[in-house]
Amino acid sequence: MAGMIEVHNLSKTFATKDADVEALQDINLSIQEGDIYGIIGMSGAGKSTLVRCLNFLERPTAGTVEIEGKDLSTLSEKELRAKRAEIAMIFQHFNLLMQKNVIDNICFPLLYGGVGKKDGGRRGTLSKKDARKRAEELLEIVGMTEKKEAYPSQLSGGQKQRVAIARALAANPKILLCDEATSALDPQTTQSILQLLKQINKEYGITIVIITHEMSVVREICSHVAIIGEGHLVEQGKVADIFSHPKTKEAKELIVKGRGEERRTLESHQKDLMKGKCCIRIVFSVNSSFEPVIANMVLRFGQPINILRADTKNVEGIARGEMILSLPDDVQMQKDMKAYLTERGLAVEEVDGYVD
Amino acid sequence: MWTSEMTLMMWVGVKETLIMTLLSTIFGYLLGLPMGIALAVTDAGGIRPNVVVYKILDVIANIVRSIPFLILLMLLMPVTRVIVGKSYGTAATVVPLTIAAAPFIGRMIESSINEVDRGVIEAAQSMGASTMTIIIRVMLVEARTSILVGVTIALGTILGYSAMAGIVGGGGLGDIAMRYGYYRYEADIMIVAVVLLVVLVQIFQTLGMRMSVKLDRRKR
Repeated sequence: MAGMIEVHNLSKTFATKDADVEALQDINLSIQEGDIYGIIGMSGAGKSTLVRCLNFLERPTAGTVEIEGKDLSTLSEKELRAKRAEIAMIFQHFNLLMQKNVIDNICFPLLYGGVGKKDGGRRGTLSKKDARKRAEELLEIVGMTEKKEAYPSQLSGGQKQRVAIARALAANPKILLCDEATSALDPQTTQSILQLLKQINKEYGITIVIITHEMSVVREICSHVAIIGEGHLVEQGKVADIFSHPKTKEAKELIVKGRGEERRTLESHQKDLMKGKCCIRIVFSVNSSFEPVIANMVLRFGQPINILRADTKNVEGIARGEMILSLPDDVQMQKDMKAYLTERGLAVEEVDGYVD
Repeated sequence: MWTSEMTLMMWVGVKETLIMTLLSTIFGYLLGLPMGIALAVTDAGGIRPNVVVYKILDVIANIVRSIPFLILLMLLMPVTRVIVGKSYGTAATVVPLTIAAAPFIGRMIESSINEVDRGVIEAAQSMGASTMTIIIRVMLVEARTSILVGVTIALGTILGYSAMAGIVGGGGLGDIAMRYGYYRYEADIMIVAVVLLVVLVQIFQTLGMRMSVKLDRRKR
């Protein structure tokens, strides 16, 4: 089935004085309607360029972007502007008009956007009064009604992002692109903005694409994730799958970094313990939590297991357990234990490679 | 001796200076505003990059700005005669003043617009706003404070230029200061004229700055 957003073989090259810089190479994405799709990568990986290709703020050098089956490169300037009104965007630095108050900022897309009244002479249906009415509804959705006459400089970061979200929703978009929308906010505010995005996704069925470098953001609200590393798409899939079976180095790094963000890294003495030992990370999914797997394994093999760390994480609202175990030195025993764990539906993965 | 005729002369001088300055500033903005917008928009980092248009405007601005005003005044005499009908007097001074002011104003508008946060423009683009809408509803609105500061500077500069118009019998305070102070060694009249010029610049400066601060919504 064709998705809401289909990206095929997209590449983007920037010509600079010295050389051409390939920001993106051969990206393929399929984002379904109603998804909350995370695009994550280290800074400089090309994710901001990628999100700008989705509404053609940046024209790809090669490849296509299709929105609801419509190839953006085939649209005229005017059609493209109308299409952009359906693809709203919010930004890291909010990008509100500093000289306009909150309500005028929200009215902007309604009056002057691709579907607005004064669009290069094309007259729409929305009057200034109707736009204000709609803006007030939106302020209620984002919980900013009492600030409608305030100017952006009088608002906090979180409040500005709420106004920006209201502005983005004004033209009834089908897609909301979020470019590092929470990166300039503190953890609590990030939480509240993410909850708001989740609510918008649920209530209005708006497809959301989230660009971020924080794994915690992806884990919190995304259903799917794509990992970008140095201009390439290295891994993509359901968030839950990528969390339990990260395949690539980039994915593992980001997951580990995600732990760092929560200040739950392994203590250094634990790292010492892991040196030269065979360590594995196991992930419990819902159904595997019922059986006392570790205890049963210890009884069955008659060998002590060292639990270096145990943790639960909230992935898409489902609690997932994670443990790092240090296995006995006997290689055959290690093999048997891994097989035993795998048999019981646990994801098993050797970790000594990247903990160091 | 200070006579009532001298007071009258000063009053006329103030009026002529104000007329020259204000008219030239208005005409200067009529030419300079579109020019500055075009420079900012067609710049390599602008929203409609166009090397040819940018380069042409860039060269014009540089040429006009590098000609000393006194020379420009002489050079433009035939043009002035066509437009105003004569090449001397207050009205005739407005033509070279406008021509001299326009590129200068254009440069100030260009830099005011370039100060506008690129992200806000990008946000408007992401909503599907047209180039014209972005210019009128985003760039000029966001740059308002900076543009008003520019108007204040332009008024001061043009007022200074207008004093040179005395050379072609342009009238105004500069003319009076030159005629009495330089040709007739009547220093007291010159000093009064100069003081009045200073007072005018002060008034423009104060009013302009007050207005730009008052209209700025970024702090409060």
